[in-house]
Amino acid sequence: MSKILMKGNEAIAEAAIRSGCRLYFAYPITPQSELIEYMAKMMPKVKGTFIQAESEVAAINMVYGAAGSGKRVMTSSSSPGISLKMEGLSYIAGAELPCVVVNVQRGGPGLGDIQPAQGDYFQATKGGGHGDYRLIVLAPSSVQEFADMASEAFDLADKYRNPVMILADGMLGQMMEPVEFKPAKTEEELQELANQHLSWCICPNEDGDKKHHHEINSLELDPQVLEQHVLNLYKKYAIIDKNEIRYETYNVSDDNEVLCVAWGTASRVVKSAINEVLKEGKNVGLIRPIRVWPYPYDAIKQAIGKNVKKVYVFELNSGQMVEDVKIAVEGKVPVDFWGKVGGVVFTPAEIKEKLESCF
Amino acid sequence: MEIIAKRPEALTKVPFHYCPGCMHGVAHRLIAEAIDENGLINQIAGVAPVGCAVFAYNYFNCDMAEAAHGRAPAVATGIKRARPDMHVFTYQGDGDLAAIGTAEIIHSANRGEKISVFFVNNAIYGMTGGQMAPTTLPDMKTTTSPYGRNVDDIGYPIRVCELLSTLVAPYYIERVSLLSPADIIKAKKAVSKAIRYNKENRGFTFIEFISTCPTNWGYEPEQARQWAKENMLPFFKPGVFRDKGEGVE
Ligand SMILES: Cc1ncc(C[n+]2csc(CCOP(=O)(O)OP(=O)(O)O)c2C)c(N)n1
Ligand code: SF4
Repeated sequence: MSKILMKGNEAIAEAAIRSGCRLYFAYPITPQSELIEYMAKMMPKVKGTFIQAESEVAAINMVYGAAGSGKRVMTSSSSPGISLKMEGLSYIAGAELPCVVVNVQRGGPGLGDIQPAQGDYFQATKGGGHGDYRLIVLAPSSVQEFADMASEAFDLADKYRNPVMILADGMLGQMMEPVEFKPAKTEEELQELANQHLSWCICPNEDGDKKHHHEINSLELDPQVLEQHVLNLYKKYAIIDKNEIRYETYNVSDDNEVLCVAWGTASRVVKSAINEVLKEGKNVGLIRPIRVWPYPYDAIKQAIGKNVKKVYVFELNSGQMVEDVKIAVEGKVPVDFWGKVGGVVFTPAEIKEKLESCF
Repeated sequence: MEIIAKRPEALTKVPFHYCPGCMHGVAHRLIAEAIDENGLINQIAGVAPVGCAVFAYNYFNCDMAEAAHGRAPAVATGIKRARPDMHVFTYQGDGDLAAIGTAEIIHSANRGEKISVFFVNNAIYGMTGGQMAPTTLPDMKTTTSPYGRNVDDIGYPIRVCELLSTLVAPYYIERVSLLSPADIIKAKKAVSKAIRYNKENRGFTFIEFISTCPTNWGYEPEQARQWAKENMLPFFKPGVFRDKGEGVE
């Protein structure tokens, strides 16, 4: 199929539908509103369900009900709305239900602004909702990747029965780039996917006398039983950690004197800056986590070649991922951070200046 | 020997944990009988609330989801939209439905979701130990209205049936009482009708039960019923507010 020029928000919506998402519940918020508008237009055409919910709280609970019924379901929002979804996400993670949540981040805290930011890293990767749980968090850096991650996200959600978040930002949501879509799943394939959940989900009882009683639930009052449940969740998270780490290396070699770490939109700017300093004969590499949970700690550790003087982290927040990078670096070399907050995006020239100062 | 009453198929054998004299068990039984009568046991799912009925998923012998406090109508919406071939009900208390879940109930009713909502109004938060509910009566003492509900300060009890009746979409809204055997027989008819309409996918159906909480009111069960008859029924008048099936608009 040929490439189409499309806005990120629309590309992810189209890709989700192709991946079999037939239920979508959300509430409008900038800068992700094109996503909900695209769903409003397209869902009826594929006999899907679109509901503009009364709030993000309601939307995520509709997701909980639909995910508990074994169907592919998605919601999307931007930072303040994602905060409201945290109650539901904790329940969905507790009940081990598969669903996809898209966060097109904007500046915060509070109402903040509507410009691109990466300030929800902690919320996405370290919790946000209450209790011991994890989201699988995918961090796209192009419109193509934003779209590709839709099918990955649904597959991961189904495979691990876990909520998956796509952590984008207003830049990716609003920007237009050429994008190529995977072929849409057929009705038979979707039926097959839904059937995989029949052993636990809410569904009609087809077994005649052997009536099933499936419970979608996260309540367990007996602390020992709840402890076991959480331990089991963490066994699952350990498997995810083992199998699902994804990262990109850019000009990483033994000759690097500086190793950068950046994710999402920030990583694109850092790449441009690296291209510039390479021309000046300075050797800088980049590691870009493609997924920010599970996190590529080992990859970062191993990328620190013998010549690396410094690991430099660039983010559109006040230094949230730096904590993970420091865990990876284990104090072997200094870790520096520079970032912009409030929805301000740094320029390649600014990053270049920072990199040059290392030499 | 002729069997005139037995455990409904739609109830599991798990004994209720409710306090003596509590009406949650009665309400459960009415719903379960209606599920049986309508032959829906294999196609119905329930959504349990946060509140004393939090374990309703242990009692109803069908697929069940446990919702966050107040969110049951949104969860039921998700289930019904994902599985239009299933029938879905929620079971909610007055704190759950009329406080934290006000938005969810109004909007699911307004969308005309094809679900049944069973709403237990005992004028108090039971599970958390007797705090004031949106339905607590004027001057009624609770642990968080220790001097009696002061309406100048905190407003009047919310009449949910009346509120939902202002909406165009709901199909059937009725308030019933569980305070006497005669009332329970009437309530049973209403519950059966709600489940029948649900089976026929007619629209949003809503039954409010006027109930008691002897434990948190601090009365013997019989006294509690008497108190509710004298104080709750005049404020929360039983009756049909909407029945599109019977032409009551
Ligand atoms: C978000 C949230 N807030 C508060 C609670 C605590 N809580 C549990 S039950 C309950 C009150 C329920 O009262 P009601 O709905 O009237 O039901 P009843 O117990 O009377 O049957 C509250 C406030 C909770 N579980 N979750
Ligand atoms: S506390 Fe009240 S509502 Fe709860 S079970 Fe006891 S009597 Fe019933």
